[in-house]
Amino acid sequence: MKKMIFGNGQRLSRRAFVVNSATAAGGFALGLNVPFVDALAHHGKASEHNATEVNLWVAIEPDDTCIIRIARSEMGQGTLTGLAQLVAEELECDWKKVETEGISPSRNLAAKRAWGEMGTGGSRGIRVSQDYVRRGGAAARMMLLQAAADQWKVPVGELSVADGIITHGNKKISYGKIAAAAAKLTPPDPKNIKLKDPKSWKIAGKPLKRLDTADKLNGSKVYAIDVKLPGMLNAAIRDAPVFGSKAVSFDDSKAAKMPGVRKVIKVKDTAVAVVADTWWHAKTALEAVDIKWDEGENAKVSNATIKERLREGLAATENNGERRNGDALGAIAGAAKKIEATYSTPFLSHACMEMMNATVKLSAGKAECWVPTQNLESSLAALSEASGIPLAQCEVHRHDLGGGFGRRGGTQDYVHQAVAIAKEFPDTPVKLIWSREEDQTHDFYRPISVCKMSAGLDDKGELVGLHVRSSGQSINAWLNPAGIQNGKDRRQLQGWYEEPGDAQLGYTVPNLLIEYVMRNTHVPVGPWRGVNTNQNAVYMECFIEECARAAGKDSLEFRRSLMKNHPKHLAVLNAAAEKGDWGKPLPAGVHRGIAQFMGYGSYSAATAEVSVDAKGKLKVHRMVLALNCGHPVNPGQIAAQAEGSVAYGLTATLYGEMLIDKGRVTNTNFDSYEIMRLAEMPKVETVIVPTYDFWGGVGEPTICVVAPAVLNAIHAATGKPVRELPLKNVKLV
Amino acid sequence: MAKLNINGKVRDVQAEPDTPLLWVIREIVGLTGTKYGCGVAQCGACSVHINGELQRSCSIPLSSVKAADKIVTIEGLSANSSHPVQKAWAAVDVPQCGYCQSGQIMAAAALLKKKPKPTDADIDEAMTNICRCGTYQRIREAVHQAAGNTRAADRATRRS
Repeated sequence: MKKMIFGNGQRLSRRAFVVNSATAAGGFALGLNVPFVDALAHHGKASEHNATEVNLWVAIEPDDTCIIRIARSEMGQGTLTGLAQLVAEELECDWKKVETEGISPSRNLAAKRAWGEMGTGGSRGIRVSQDYVRRGGAAARMMLLQAAADQWKVPVGELSVADGIITHGNKKISYGKIAAAAAKLTPPDPKNIKLKDPKSWKIAGKPLKRLDTADKLNGSKVYAIDVKLPGMLNAAIRDAPVFGSKAVSFDDSKAAKMPGVRKVIKVKDTAVAVVADTWWHAKTALEAVDIKWDEGENAKVSNATIKERLREGLAATENNGERRNGDALGAIAGAAKKIEATYSTPFLSHACMEMMNATVKLSAGKAECWVPTQNLESSLAALSEASGIPLAQCEVHRHDLGGGFGRRGGTQDYVHQAVAIAKEFPDTPVKLIWSREEDQTHDFYRPISVCKMSAGLDDKGELVGLHVRSSGQSINAWLNPAGIQNGKDRRQLQGWYEEPGDAQLGYTVPNLLIEYVMRNTHVPVGPWRGVNTNQNAVYMECFIEECARAAGKDSLEFRRSLMKNHPKHLAVLNAAAEKGDWGKPLPAGVHRGIAQFMGYGSYSAATAEVSVDAKGKLKVHRMVLALNCGHPVNPGQIAAQAEGSVAYGLTATLYGEMLIDKGRVTNTNFDSYEIMRLAEMPKVETVIVPTYDFWGGVGEPTICVVAPAVLNAIHAATGKPVRELPLKNVKLV
Repeated sequence: MAKLNINGKVRDVQAEPDTPLLWVIREIVGLTGTKYGCGVAQCGACSVHINGELQRSCSIPLSSVKAADKIVTIEGLSANSSHPVQKAWAAVDVPQCGYCQSGQIMAAAALLKKKPKPTDADIDEAMTNICRCGTYQRIREAVHQAAGNTRAADRATRRS
């Protein structure tokens, strides 16, 4: 029997020292099974665990509790519950007895990444894991059945199983009783495992409640920002306000004498941190440190100079990536009617509710980190790189995230900082928390861009040529230069690709030219929920609306006529239109808009109902979001993601922009970076129209249609297109 | 040394008088369910009840809290998550990341104490905390459900 002997004393002792009053009081008395602490962090029961590992994905306790292993991060998107549903479906266990255990990146590394990649971004958590986790659940079921067949000396084919109870005639045995025998068997070859037809699913595909809710209701959930360790110190940090500049010197004569302060230190070349007994002491003292910055040329940059640079990109002739068929420029030049419009979208911060933080403890030959992360392996790598301690002696402790939205993936800047600070305090855990102001001013922002759209219509009002030229900052240039090949950066064309797959344009235009021209700034950029589909959907869908109106055609019919070769896009558009009552009468003053787009392997469309009063005040009353993600694993959570994408997308549409002045972000907290509140939340209805022939994402696909559906409804209401965001800067009437 | 009555327990706390109550609760008392979200009373993640009133603890200095004031944090709202708001939050599956939900629940509980049968307009006015995951629609539904407003209860039944 493979018992779960991962505990090496170190893990046990480190966890035993976590003194959070709120930590579930699990008894790990046996010194085995230590990894279960992470399961307890999710939704544990205060009992001794004595589980048998059947395989990588499944461990079973004598009381029939099925522990399903999860490698991906949970940040609210519901992946944890969805993955557990997929494993449980194949396992045929009792859903009421399912718990989850998070795999640590060290454990994954030690097992040669047996649990696969851990990165949780790009809406890949389920779609990229689904095959191997389902095979894991199925393999465990087959072993459990075989063990029962062996014990009863009957052919395995004569057994049946339901809810974790195996039956043969009037003999019954539960998973908990047979797990030990099953674990001794040779696992089946994954290639020979036949997975269930998703149409026969009983656990997956159902709108089951999340598994990780209980401790979010009573304050007992321990986020990384809540970690408490014996002797722990706290750090606050101020990084150079002007991106890319340096901290030349600092005067800490006042701060050093303030209560609780242990040390004021320079962190790398760019930042100053105060380490104190409490974070409040650290933050207060940091404000008293006089820092001299070398701000350089970047201190001259403002929103105005950036916009000028982007506009220059529109006028230039070269490009950094294109999609071309036919002769768009010629077709537009010769068209009966020409339409032209230039749009712009701003930089945006993520503003996760749990701000960036990391707790690091460095000891001789050992580094530990507690951090909210979308990529546990990136955090582990950052910990090792920054500390100089080999990967095998590093440990990253899992914590669910207080929001991610793309901010906490590959960059791990806060881990590097926390390690630099902890180096000053050997054997002492130091928790670094960014203030909200630090978080707002040191993000990797959604990239800024402007986009010139030109189209030609023939005398029947049909689109004969379309030219898109987007000028803006490149995420790859900032974070992943290897992603730019021969000067071409395809990623910025997201949603406008030709080929079937992840983010394909749903329209067929006889003469089409789509270009991206790179114009970078000193402002850091990165992925932001939905990434470039957000901007690209605004440009395409608002301009298609302008074309439809110029052609004198209905917005829905005009789109349909371009989508004959894209049945999946079309079906989702139709679903949104139908559920959104397209063409049906509306109350006086209420107007509708529609939009569709594709990203993350899934098809999305939306309708919005808005009113604009005589003073130009906007109200979004209702939105319908339609999604085809192939196989819906939890419709309840898909609806939650669609609802959430409306709130995140509408906040950006109404309010979101970074104000850059003198090279730095000047809107540093929620009083100046406004966030939509409950009162502004429209009624959201989600319609899932699955085709069960592919696996698409869920967390990101729907956000990109939110802004254009609303903007197109405003266009319907006022008769005027909106071409810049956010709306708070736009006079609607 | 100040005396604070938190969740029915009187504690001595050692902190400068200008320390925000939030950081006293989190760092001195050690109750971490109350969250830091902005520090400027904008987001409500730090919401607690003081003498039954909803307050944003990040912007209340320790010096303004009297020993007789009764402070209730999310940890003290109920035993076993049994408050109607907590039960409704579970039934409607409100939380996503969960970080703001302590504050949301405290705000909803304060609303229902004042207005046991809130209308949508009441909810709009009272529930001003920020949620970045965008759980607002379910928060509204859960407040109605906690209040026993039948319309919301019907909606919830339909979903599950």
